[in-house]
Amino acid sequence: MTTETMEAPAVAVPTATPPHPLREFWGYFSANHGAVAGLFIIVAVVLIALLAPVIAPHDPNLTNTAIALQPPFWQEGGSIAYPLGTDPIGRDILSRLIFGARLSLLIGIAVVALSIAVGTVLGLVAGFFRGLTEIFIMRLMDIVLTLPSLLLAIVIVAVLGPGLMNAMLAVALVILPHYVRLARAAVITETSKDYVTAARVSGAGTTRLMFKEVLPNCTAPLIVQASLGISTAILDAAALGFLGLGAQPPSPEWGTMLADAREFVLRAWWVVTFPGLAILITVLAFNLLGDGLRDALDPKLKR
Amino acid sequence: MLRFILTRVSLIIPTFLGITLLAFFLIRLVPGDPIETLAGERGIDPARHEQLRKEYGFDKPIIVQYGIYLTRVLQGDLGKSMITQEPVLNEFSSLFPATVELALCAILFALILGLPAGIIAAIRRNSIFDHGVMGISLAGYSMPIFWWGLILILLFSVQFDLTPVSGRIDVLYYIEPITGFLLIDTLLSDEPEAFWSAVNHLILPTIVLGTVPLAVIARMTRSAMLEVLGEDYIRTAKAKGLSRFRIVALHALRNALIPVVTVIGLQVGVLFTGAILTETIFSWPGVGKWLIDAIFRRDYPVLQGGALLLGVVVMAVNLLVDLAYGLINPRIRHTR
Repeated sequence: MTTETMEAPAVAVPTATPPHPLREFWGYFSANHGAVAGLFIIVAVVLIALLAPVIAPHDPNLTNTAIALQPPFWQEGGSIAYPLGTDPIGRDILSRLIFGARLSLLIGIAVVALSIAVGTVLGLVAGFFRGLTEIFIMRLMDIVLTLPSLLLAIVIVAVLGPGLMNAMLAVALVILPHYVRLARAAVITETSKDYVTAARVSGAGTTRLMFKEVLPNCTAPLIVQASLGISTAILDAAALGFLGLGAQPPSPEWGTMLADAREFVLRAWWVVTFPGLAILITVLAFNLLGDGLRDALDPKLKR
Repeated sequence: MLRFILTRVSLIIPTFLGITLLAFFLIRLVPGDPIETLAGERGIDPARHEQLRKEYGFDKPIIVQYGIYLTRVLQGDLGKSMITQEPVLNEFSSLFPATVELALCAILFALILGLPAGIIAAIRRNSIFDHGVMGISLAGYSMPIFWWGLILILLFSVQFDLTPVSGRIDVLYYIEPITGFLLIDTLLSDEPEAFWSAVNHLILPTIVLGTVPLAVIARMTRSAMLEVLGEDYIRTAKAKGLSRFRIVALHALRNALIPVVTVIGLQVGVLFTGAILTETIFSWPGVGKWLIDAIFRRDYPVLQGGALLLGVVVMAVNLLVDLAYGLINPRIRHTR
């Protein structure tokens, strides 16, 4: 849900008739070429993920030992039927990468959605109720922040058992403090403003104040953080996959593909090069988008 | 000043308790009976099971169990590895220097390249150099370092045969650990080639682990410099006719370094995270690889104790950075 709100303005703007803030936003956003490039890459990755069964030349899990470790088509021994070569048990690498895009996007979006949902509620509660509740929540978040992020995720997955679901839960927990802090900080600055007092005087309950009045006014930083969060989530989940703690083989998750292919690094460069390149490009695109969104949405930088 | 130190130090107590609580409860989340988990797949007879339950205090209420655990931790008793039967603390302290050596080299690498790159990018704002540095550092920041390590191995070890693929030193050499830092120990030994072997083994892991900090430091230095270069006192210095070098090196850099120092301090956690991946790729015998091995051997005491110790180390370093920051910058010391 969060990514829809994140991408909606950028995609909707060119066709829309003067919705003022959106046009202004697009003006600032499109001035940043890196951000536009990031957006294009993300749209492309989304399309690839959606159309995976149509565009993938082969079944990603179809093994054929006769063609194991075939190099990419431009090298001697490669064939155009397997453009990026095959892995140690003869699966088409391109097809696996295409299906892997689904997993990586799913991981990024699901993890951040979960983290934002839980994080904003915790942050809003901490900001509204103050006192012991706030101290408890914020101290807990401080502890999570103190521990190295991947270490905490590794320990959680090690305890819950390896697997994509547990890896996603672990990463969601690790990036949670950012959203809690953002939401709480926004609540504290917003609640002293007149419109909140006005709403309160006209009889709005705490829940209404939290979600209808204050939350819409702190969406900008949350959107920026969401874009950066997706890149962290994809990267960390891939790292867990690489360590054998995330998605399990034969899943075509990019990090898991790397772990599978690791021992063949000395013989077949293509089995490790392409999955990592896919991770790097996707993560880079989300970081570029996040930077662009921050520049476009941060009023302090606009002037 | 004393007051400042005391407040900062007292602030870490709840964090420490929190980390121990986390370590204590996480292990209890492991599905199944803890004794059977400890015993492994061989199983255990009921009498021994009951005895062990008493010994580990599993028959007592959970709060009491935590109390016992905390007391043990404070006495430095983190349990024994289920595989080697060695105390966790001993294993940790024998492997930790390898991780520290790697982390120090990585941060040094990041500083040596990152600071000048950031400074020059700021001075030549919007030049090709600036765009290049920012582009590369964004790529470095987005880098899956486990893949980066493999690619560097492909390039330097496989293609050009320049550097070794794994380990800390050639198997030819046996170096008696004195400091635990191989670069120093090999110099103290009477085999000069051993030093070069150690250096050779360090190059790739250092680059891999240093990449993310390098990107962060370059970006941070650039933005801090840009901010400082816009200040009034820089204009004054220019108006006085000072040389460009003097302005940048003496007036701007010293003030720009303050946020950079904080960022370097915050990189400690990032370094340990990266060390886990880097050590796994290069079979570097440090605590990161030890932890990952422990997971696959289901060696829970090592996992629990090791994670706790790493958490405490990061906490301690953050505290030191905080205190150092207060020393350098009086403004921090006086605002509470």
